[in-house]
Amino acid sequence: MATSDRFQAHDFYLMDELLSEEHRLIRESARAWIKKDVSPIIEDYAQRAEFPKQILPGLGEIGAFGPYIPTEYGGSGLDNIAYGLIMQELERCDSGVRSTASVQSSLVMYPIWKYGNEEQRQKYLPKLATGEMMGCFGLTEPDYGSNPGGMITNFKDEGDYYLLNGAKMWISNSPFADIAVVWAKNEAGRIHGLIVERGMEGFSTPETHGKWSLRASATGELVFDNVKVPKANLLPNKSGLGAPLGCLDSARYGIAWGAIGAAMDCYDSAVRYSKERIQFDKPIGAFQLIQKKLAEMLTEITKAQMLTWRLGVLKNEGRATTAQISMAKRNNVEMALNIAREARQIHGGMGITGEYPIMRHMMNLESVVTYEGTHDIHLLILGFDITGIPAFK
Amino acid sequence: MKILVLISKAPDTTTKISFTDGDTKFNDQGVQFVVNPYDEWYALVRALELKEANGGSVTILTVGDATNDPVIRKALAIGADGAVRIDAQPDDAYQVAYQIAEYAKDQNYDLILGGKETIDYNGGQVPGMVASLLNLPFVSNASKLDMSGNTATMERDIQGGVELVEVDTPFVLSAAKGMAEQRIPNMRGIMAARSKPLQVVPAAAVDGLTSVSSYELPPAKAEVRIVDADNPEELIDLLHNEAKMI
Ligand SMILES: Cc1cc2nc3c(=O)[nH]c(=O)nc-3n(C[C@H](O)[C@H](O)[C@H](O)COP(=O)(O)OP(=O)(O)OC[C@H]3O[C@@H](n4cnc5c(N)ncnc54)[C@H](O)[C@@H]3O)c2cc1C
Repeated sequence: MATSDRFQAHDFYLMDELLSEEHRLIRESARAWIKKDVSPIIEDYAQRAEFPKQILPGLGEIGAFGPYIPTEYGGSGLDNIAYGLIMQELERCDSGVRSTASVQSSLVMYPIWKYGNEEQRQKYLPKLATGEMMGCFGLTEPDYGSNPGGMITNFKDEGDYYLLNGAKMWISNSPFADIAVVWAKNEAGRIHGLIVERGMEGFSTPETHGKWSLRASATGELVFDNVKVPKANLLPNKSGLGAPLGCLDSARYGIAWGAIGAAMDCYDSAVRYSKERIQFDKPIGAFQLIQKKLAEMLTEITKAQMLTWRLGVLKNEGRATTAQISMAKRNNVEMALNIAREARQIHGGMGITGEYPIMRHMMNLESVVTYEGTHDIHLLILGFDITGIPAFK
Repeated sequence: MKILVLISKAPDTTTKISFTDGDTKFNDQGVQFVVNPYDEWYALVRALELKEANGGSVTILTVGDATNDPVIRKALAIGADGAVRIDAQPDDAYQVAYQIAEYAKDQNYDLILGGKETIDYNGGQVPGMVASLLNLPFVSNASKLDMSGNTATMERDIQGGVELVEVDTPFVLSAAKGMAEQRIPNMRGIMAARSKPLQVVPAAAVDGLTSVSSYELPPAKAEVRIVDADNPEELIDLLHNEAKMI
């Protein structure tokens, strides 16, 4: 199994010149940590379908949990480009590692910061920022995936507490999370966010086994059987479907950056392999068909880098729209999937083994292309933006 | 303990090296610079460990223009308390050492640490010259450094063994592999580095003593031949008839 990491970044259009000195330091530090602590073990954990929990404090140290959360709550107070760069470095190693950080940052810390009250922020955010406390995000249900607005999970006001019932499915980090940000309907059918803590009676988190994708990330269910949730755990400052969708905007933005990381890793490995592998007395990189693949990969990576950097600038200015984020998420994940497939072919038979990261990236990306809005749902979001006509139903 | 660590930038090891101006200048276009590993991993980290154990301060010093600021910021993020940049173009070892000595002479450092060499020009002369200009003892290539009060014990890797050296502060040392382990800056360090002082000092008037007449790249690597381990006869034949080494 591959334990060495020879990755070198690719920056064909000198995009690094658009980054600040601090951005680059953040990225280099994240990369150095990944190469030292995560790359040597990731293949083994993915093969065994286990999440490497020992990396959680390290993820906290490099600032992967809530990079844009203000420092007063334990975050790093960074901009969206820094957030994107960290996600890119993590997904360059493994989409599962990036998923854990995305969920913690955008789906747990973000709603507590934006929709929570001061007490909730003080109580949860500093511990979430270090990784001492881990969270998960429960929106998807067995019968409501692309259509989360139809959710059945609900809560009733019982005077002293809320009584929560229902079930969530496909929840990243659920098997080990200490808290869950759960989206559920009140008696009037309005969606609210609730913080459910591990240990509350009637709350369980069975793990989902047998995944061929995101194997180094733990996925599970959230089951609520008459769970008494304290009233103080309701996120008071936003409700309705727009609340969870706001979190998704932030997570999808991170995925747009992350997917470039996975693509770069596949491309990087393919370039190296095509120079080292000799067939017909030549390195296979000498053949035009291989060069075409490599040239197209680099072109697509470069286009995605420019698109995503611009999106980051817009997001910093508070101007990035949901549809713009959809375009970048959709484009970049597809780009990464295509590159993973082409890179796999360049590696020949070796491409299907754990000696190279290709097949792991390719399988991981099959989740990434589905979660946070499926590939097709993003078309509908763009289509709605273009025509003004929603085609969801 | 007041410690000064000499830091310089060096091209990343994956850099494609080329020259300009009739092969008299290194072409730094598009080159990624890193903190010279001997300065960062060994000298700086050991200095920080000594500070953490005994108190005091760690200042880093670089001779060069503002293009050095990223490596300075990284060293601050790793944990140095403050930085000094002497605003001079580093030309040769003597000129650099002179700038450092001029700055350091009335700062009363207990310890001045540098790397054993930079990984680009591999000169390895600056710390020794600084010691000489400041009239301080110098220990080169130390792979271990321990302090007890004002006395330092050092290990130097020598042919076939280890030399143990003892010296009292103040002194100058150049650090070799083994003195400490790499530290990766964490986010707290990166944020703290924002507000740490970087003092820019004007250059002292001094000329270098040497100049480079030209650079040359090493010859391209010869092709590698892989011989099956079960077939030593083939290896002997190749060494004898092709390489003509035996
Ligand atoms: C590994 C993994 C981790 C996940 N982590 C989380 C998590 O942490 N939290 C969370 O809440 N969820 C999570 N999810 C769930 C994920 O967001 C959903 O899988 C996703 O939203 C799709 O829902 P679904 O699987 O029910 O597919 P469906 O919605 O059933 O979609 C099936 C197919 O139908 C298509 N389709 C659906 N509606 C339309 C339409 N109107 N027009 C055209 N085509 C349509 C889809 O594009 C798709 O191709 C995770 C999923 C995976 C695989």
